[in-house]
Amino acid sequence: MTSLRSALKSATALAAFSLSFPLASWAEEPLPVVATFSILGDMVERIGGEHIALTTLVGPDGDAHVYQPTPKVARSVAEADVLFLNGLEFEGWLERLAEAASFGGAMVVATKGVVPIAFDDHDDHDEHDDHDDHDEHDDHDEHDDHDDHAEHDKHADHDDHDDHDKHDDHDDHADHDDHDDHEKHDDHDDHAGHDHGAFDPHAWQSLENAVIYANNIAAGLAQADPENAGDYYANRAAFITEVETLRADIGAMMKSLPADKRTVVTPHDAFGYFAATYDLTFVAPQGMSTDSEVSAADVAALITQIREESISAVFIESITDNRMMQQIANETGATIGGTLYSDALSAQSGPASTYLDMMRHNATTLFDALGN
Amino acid sequence: MIWDVLLAPFVDFGFMRRALLGCIAVSVGATPVGVFLMLRHMSLTGDAMAHAILPGAATGYLVSGLSLGAMTVGGLIAGMLVALASGFVARVTSLREDASLAAFYLISLAIGVLIVSTHGNNVDLMHVLFGTVLALDDTALILLCSFASVSLLVLALLFRPLVLECADPQFLRSVSKLSAITHFVFLALVVMNLVAGFHALGTLMAVGIMILPGAAAKFWAETIAGLIAVAALIAMLSSVIGLLLSFHYSLPSGPAIILVAGIGYGLSIIFGPVGGAIAQNLPHRNLKP
Repeated sequence: MTSLRSALKSATALAAFSLSFPLASWAEEPLPVVATFSILGDMVERIGGEHIALTTLVGPDGDAHVYQPTPKVARSVAEADVLFLNGLEFEGWLERLAEAASFGGAMVVATKGVVPIAFDDHDDHDEHDDHDDHDEHDDHDEHDDHDDHAEHDKHADHDDHDDHDKHDDHDDHADHDDHDDHEKHDDHDDHAGHDHGAFDPHAWQSLENAVIYANNIAAGLAQADPENAGDYYANRAAFITEVETLRADIGAMMKSLPADKRTVVTPHDAFGYFAATYDLTFVAPQGMSTDSEVSAADVAALITQIREESISAVFIESITDNRMMQQIANETGATIGGTLYSDALSAQSGPASTYLDMMRHNATTLFDALGN
Repeated sequence: MIWDVLLAPFVDFGFMRRALLGCIAVSVGATPVGVFLMLRHMSLTGDAMAHAILPGAATGYLVSGLSLGAMTVGGLIAGMLVALASGFVARVTSLREDASLAAFYLISLAIGVLIVSTHGNNVDLMHVLFGTVLALDDTALILLCSFASVSLLVLALLFRPLVLECADPQFLRSVSKLSAITHFVFLALVVMNLVAGFHALGTLMAVGIMILPGAAAKFWAETIAGLIAVAALIAMLSSVIGLLLSFHYSLPSGPAIILVAGIGYGLSIIFGPVGGAIAQNLPHRNLKP
């Protein structure tokens, strides 16, 4: 049953695909793909396996908010067949890069179908928010460019591809009987006209969303390389099994935290999805993006909050300037609870060199610091 | 009321006291140097030097991370190299010093950008280079205060030759070999103060606290001692007001401080008794019998 469906699906995808890419022999060589940052890259690597040649633009410990592409990067983008991006305005620089490199392949937005969290919900520094909004409005324009780009694309059936994409997703969800995700698809359609710049892009911080990421990645790969679609879906299934196991582990861990130990101080506001999933409160002096300057009012508000709620631990992040957190810890008597990985994996030798390791590391670090 | 607005932020929060102390150290150290830069028609040299130390500090950061020492040493080395190289070229060739300084700082900047881009780490270096006055730790404060003290001492030793250089560079050059030494030590002071200011305000803002108060003081005082005193006062006032604005109105601290100094400069242009716009247009007050 399943194999019949996937065979049919492959055939459909292949038929649609061969219209635009007559070179079926590409499947022999690894499919050149690009992922924008290390976390997404790790997931793509897991699902693509040996069939893809992956280039990750922002590597371990890098900050994708402020990345500046080099010509070498532009070349790998130009040569790629599939470009995986997070979306939700996370990679503001990407549209320009894709355009400059005259990228002609398929763009796969990994957060497609994620229910985004508006970042007003967990941030009360009004002026900073306004500022961020403004920045991301600009980025949004570039997304419009993307739509134009698709229409002008020489592969006339590009838009059809998108439709197929959605159908594929739909089938996958049916296979898994994952009705929750299905409903989220509907939500997403309702949201289609909204301004995505107002949403927290760090959607991978929820393991639930990782399943959506995996689905989008597998669908994107299967579409670009139908011959190996079976492998991609198998890898996705294996990945999702691990995600579910970890989700159960972390869920149990977080559930056991006492109610008065659920506030976490981090340098930049990247854990909205994690917070929402496990009913934690994350506060940060720096606002949503790492590129806004901090004001004395932000720091003072944070210190007051730490004092009033007797928060015992603050955390540092791998990608940010941590001097500020050190100062806040000194001033409030809180301890540094450890390093969290928000927007980038650690190097191979570090504690968070894959997505799953990162989630596990963050959860145990939080648990150890808050739990005692 | 006054307590809440002016004093409570500093009483309640240690980071505000640290920020204030850091800013005062930079004000005291950098503004006299800024006054001499202005008197010697070298105000833009400060800006060039700030660009020159940036790659050194960046290299220091890439070599050993967020280490105060490495970034300080890197910045000092890069700044001194540019100062020495441009001074040397100016003295042995016919190229004027400002031209060779421009050339060398651009080269230094390009090397810096090259090092940063080829190094794999993408942590927001600009964020690091822009410094943050709100996160000064003990070592940074000690460094800022020692640099300010050394700067003041050296300036005191060099005071007479420097004043001569300002008044009549040709004369000093003809009567004494001190001219070249004075010039280089002075450039070293510029570099040193910019490196100190860099830790508190970031490279570009550090130039602001060095130059703006000196330029504003020009409209209030006529003697060099007066200029230095007024400039330091304006810098310190700007620091306090800028930090308070940052505290009460959620503004980023570095730009707030420099903007207040900028407003001080603007007001000085208009209301300054020495050659200010109003004083200038009231001729009967300016005519001395």
